Amino acid sequence: MNPVNYLYLAALLFTIGAAGVLVRRNAIVLFMCVELMLNASNLALVTFSRLHGNLDGQILAFFTMVVAAAEVVVGLAIIVSIFRTRHSASVDDSNLMKL
Amino acid sequence: MNSLIPLLVAAPLAGAALLLLGGRVLDRFGHWLGTLAAALSFAFGLVLFFDMLGRPADDRAVHVKLFSWIPVAGFRADAAFQLDQLSITFVLLITGVGTLIHLYSVGYMAHDERRRRFFGYLNLFLAAMLILVLADNYLLLYVGWEGVGLASYLLIGFWQHKPSAATAAKKAFLVNRVGDVGLSIAIMLMFTQFGDFSFAGVFENAPQASQGKLTAIGLMLLLAACGKSAQVPLQSWLGDAMEGPTPVSALIHAATMVTAGVYLITRSHAVFDLAPDAQTAVVCVGAVTLIFGAVVGCAKDDIKKALAGSTMSQIGYMVLAAGLGPIGYVFAIMHLVTHGFFKAGLFLGAGSVMHGMDDEVNMRHYGGLRKYMPITFVTFALGYLAIIGFPFLSGYFSKDKIIEAAFAKGGTEGWILGLVTLVGAAVTAFYMTRVMLLTFFGQKRWRPTADTSGSAAGEERMPHPHESPASMTVPMILLAFGSVFAGGLFTLNSSFLRWLEPVTGHSEGHSPLPSGVVTGLTIACMLAGVGVSYLMYGRGEVPVVPPIGSPLTRAARRDLLQDDFNHAVLVRPGSALAAALVYFDIKGLDGFVNGLAATIGGVSSRLRRVQNGYVRSYALSMFGGTLVLVATTLLMRSA
Amino acid sequence: MTSTGEAVQFWVLAVLAVGGALGMLLCRRAVHSALCLAATMLSLAVCYLAQGAVFLGVVQIVVYTGAIMMLFLFVVMLVGVSAADSVKEQLKGQRVAAVLTGLGFGVLLIAGIAHARLGHFSGLAEANAEGNVQGLARLIFTKYVWAFEVTGALLITAAIGAMVLTHREHVTAPRTQRELAAQRVRDNVQVPPLPAPGVYARHNAVDIAALLPDGTVAEDSVMSTLRERGQIRDVSQDMLRRMAELEDSSAEWLGRPASGRPAAPKQRGALETVPGEPTHRQNPEEEQ
Repeated sequence: MNPVNYLYLAALLFTIGAAGVLVRRNAIVLFMCVELMLNASNLALVTFSRLHGNLDGQILAFFTMVVAAAEVVVGLAIIVSIFRTRHSASVDDSNLMKL
Repeated sequence: MNSLIPLLVAAPLAGAALLLLGGRVLDRFGHWLGTLAAALSFAFGLVLFFDMLGRPADDRAVHVKLFSWIPVAGFRADAAFQLDQLSITFVLLITGVGTLIHLYSVGYMAHDERRRRFFGYLNLFLAAMLILVLADNYLLLYVGWEGVGLASYLLIGFWQHKPSAATAAKKAFLVNRVGDVGLSIAIMLMFTQFGDFSFAGVFENAPQASQGKLTAIGLMLLLAACGKSAQVPLQSWLGDAMEGPTPVSALIHAATMVTAGVYLITRSHAVFDLAPDAQTAVVCVGAVTLIFGAVVGCAKDDIKKALAGSTMSQIGYMVLAAGLGPIGYVFAIMHLVTHGFFKAGLFLGAGSVMHGMDDEVNMRHYGGLRKYMPITFVTFALGYLAIIGFPFLSGYFSKDKIIEAAFAKGGTEGWILGLVTLVGAAVTAFYMTRVMLLTFFGQKRWRPTADTSGSAAGEERMPHPHESPASMTVPMILLAFGSVFAGGLFTLNSSFLRWLEPVTGHSEGHSPLPSGVVTGLTIACMLAGVGVSYLMYGRGEVPVVPPIGSPLTRAARRDLLQDDFNHAVLVRPGSALAAALVYFDIKGLDGFVNGLAATIGGVSSRLRRVQNGYVRSYALSMFGGTLVLVATTLLMRSA
Repeated sequence: MTSTGEAVQFWVLAVLAVGGALGMLLCRRAVHSALCLAATMLSLAVCYLAQGAVFLGVVQIVVYTGAIMMLFLFVVMLVGVSAADSVKEQLKGQRVAAVLTGLGFGVLLIAGIAHARLGHFSGLAEANAEGNVQGLARLIFTKYVWAFEVTGALLITAAIGAMVLTHREHVTAPRTQRELAAQRVRDNVQVPPLPAPGVYARHNAVDIAALLPDGTVAEDSVMSTLRERGQIRDVSQDMLRRMAELEDSSAEWLGRPASGRPAAPKQRGALETVPGEPTHRQNPEEEQ
């Protein structure tokens, strides 16, 4: 089997994640979709690392994980505070930023 | 010694700056400061004059370069002064008469709140006029030319609270502008032709230029002179300019600024001598204006406007003389100087009369003033005798020379011009006698005027004519001396001729009539004019309400329909053109621009809906953008 | 080429991962989505292990599946475990456009990968010679040490940010029970205790509202959190129906005509659901 198949898998997962961001309205699910996209790119990075025979790709994936963790913490905090004030977790309810 | 030349200009310029920029502190003594600046300039002029006298005739012209004004690659224009016999004549006339009129204004403007500003403007005028006559190139001359135009505008409209004064100022400025365009075109033509506009450079290269070019330059210079010197067809502003204070009329609109056109033509003699067609045009303008101004002067009842018509006519003489070529230049300048004396004196006299008569200007409301204002009467009478050419006074010498020169032009032309100048002399005598008789002789025809000074404002009172204060009479007396003796002094030993000849050149004409005959004819014409005037105004009662008069009189009262002509030929088509342009602007340009704006606005208000506040909608557009980017990248790579 | 074993493993894991991802995308409830995502992440972790990224594989399991997904579930519980999207799409054309764009993007990405040529791949045998963890550590603490330090700062910032965002400042002292009681009497809205839930022995549960004398639901009897989530179980309909049945059968027995009384009084729309099933009230606005 060609390791490129891992890249196809990553592309597929990324697309599913992106479509999820566009379709779902629950802010938490939205975040999960973002996480899925990040994971897909991590898979691609790990595969690149293997294809090129050095560990830089893995380091990058490692940093991605750290940043993703930070992002999730802040994002969920935002969701919680929005839920407290608006009693809703739907991103469509926060649509005041318009003319 | 040459370092004094810039100081000539600097003194009044500094005075103007100080008076106009300085605050109310200067209100108390600002007028003396202005007078001092003028007197200082006059003193410098005298020193330079005597210094020049001490040098041989060929060595009298002096150049002073102040600084490099516009140095651009191969082109350079210097701010440089040229002091020669012609310039110094003007400098002395301007600063001399100017100082006297400053002195006169101290008394005349004593009750005006804005006297400091008035003196500032007067000083500004002196500085600009001195730049004009001292410049050694046409570009710097243009600076002075515009400067005197500005000062004239400011001073005519000095009493800007009067709508008539404000309008007159605008009119003078606009009409002058037409002439200024002529001068700027002339300068541009010189630049394209000679690549230089210093007097020396232009005159040196003039013989190499084509006849057509020189004629064009000459005609454009003539247009400029017409504007500044109130010659037909740009004469309409001078009568209205009398709305300004009388000292202004005396200084600017009689003695100095209006003669700038004559200076320009005389200074450019090298160009005109080579362009006979332009010279013919100059002569025609002069002759027409000579008669035109005289006719207008005959019909006016306003004393200042009658004098304004006279000024126009006298400058017509000068322009005519300048158009005659080398036989006339010197006499044009000579008449200019003597005219400067007597006309300034006449205006100051008129101002003195108005001062005594509560600012009444209608001569039909004067009469019998000689007993109440003896000094004014005597000085005015001397100026009057000078202007009509009474033997052995200034005007006699200078005007006689011009008439002789006109005959000496030769051929049919000479005869026509000679007769025109003779008729002009007769008419001059007529209208000046009329002014004299209406003002100082006959019955009192005084009318009560609205009292604006006392506490009972609006109440009417009879005028109490009285002699003016010394600050006003002294300048009049001094000018009267000039009116009496200047001509004789100039003619004695042909001193003025020899003085100016190195600059303007001179050639004796061959008059078909002997000199004595011409002089006799001139005196005869003058006496005829005086006699007719005496018959009409000297004997019986002068009607207070002017009679209807002949069509010519009626037209002359309306300045020979010059304003109607301008209105019909220029203003109305101009308004129509402007209206058409406005229509085009509103319907065409604005329609297009507004339509464009409306289209963009409409599209924007639709595009605005794209921003709906939904995060997912924005995410979709981002994702769409990414899609396009990826697609483009792949396409570029595979291409 | 890789071994057959890895190929088999890949295809199994790929199916699992894509299935998990699609499940996350399609499940209406957030909890289900989270569980599906956890499955995907686990299969990805195995993929990392298979590709020689031992450290990352373990970290993926510990950090992602262990910590981050727990955080997600925690928030889901906080917000409402049964919270789910309503089916109705509010943005016109959003769903269609999203699917089309997603398809286009996927096709382009895969086409791009297929377009790239790969002669041979080196594999990580050499890089992992002294062990994967040691190799990564060498890189992190030499070449990437600066980024590593910055990452530390980022994590601290994120932690503080989360605390600041969720922190609620009390500007006044919290009110005591005595003060609250006094306030209640002063307001005179609900002076006695709220009714207790779980009437009738059959339904002794906190999510079943008490019934008022006319048979309607007393919503006050259920705790506010459940009310907020719309998780009240309503048994009134059931009871009324049984009453009606009883009356009908007794009328039949007595030979009298049916009472004709309505089967159930009209209730509020929100509670008109199948008895015993929790009602879902996600979007209060949508209902109105």
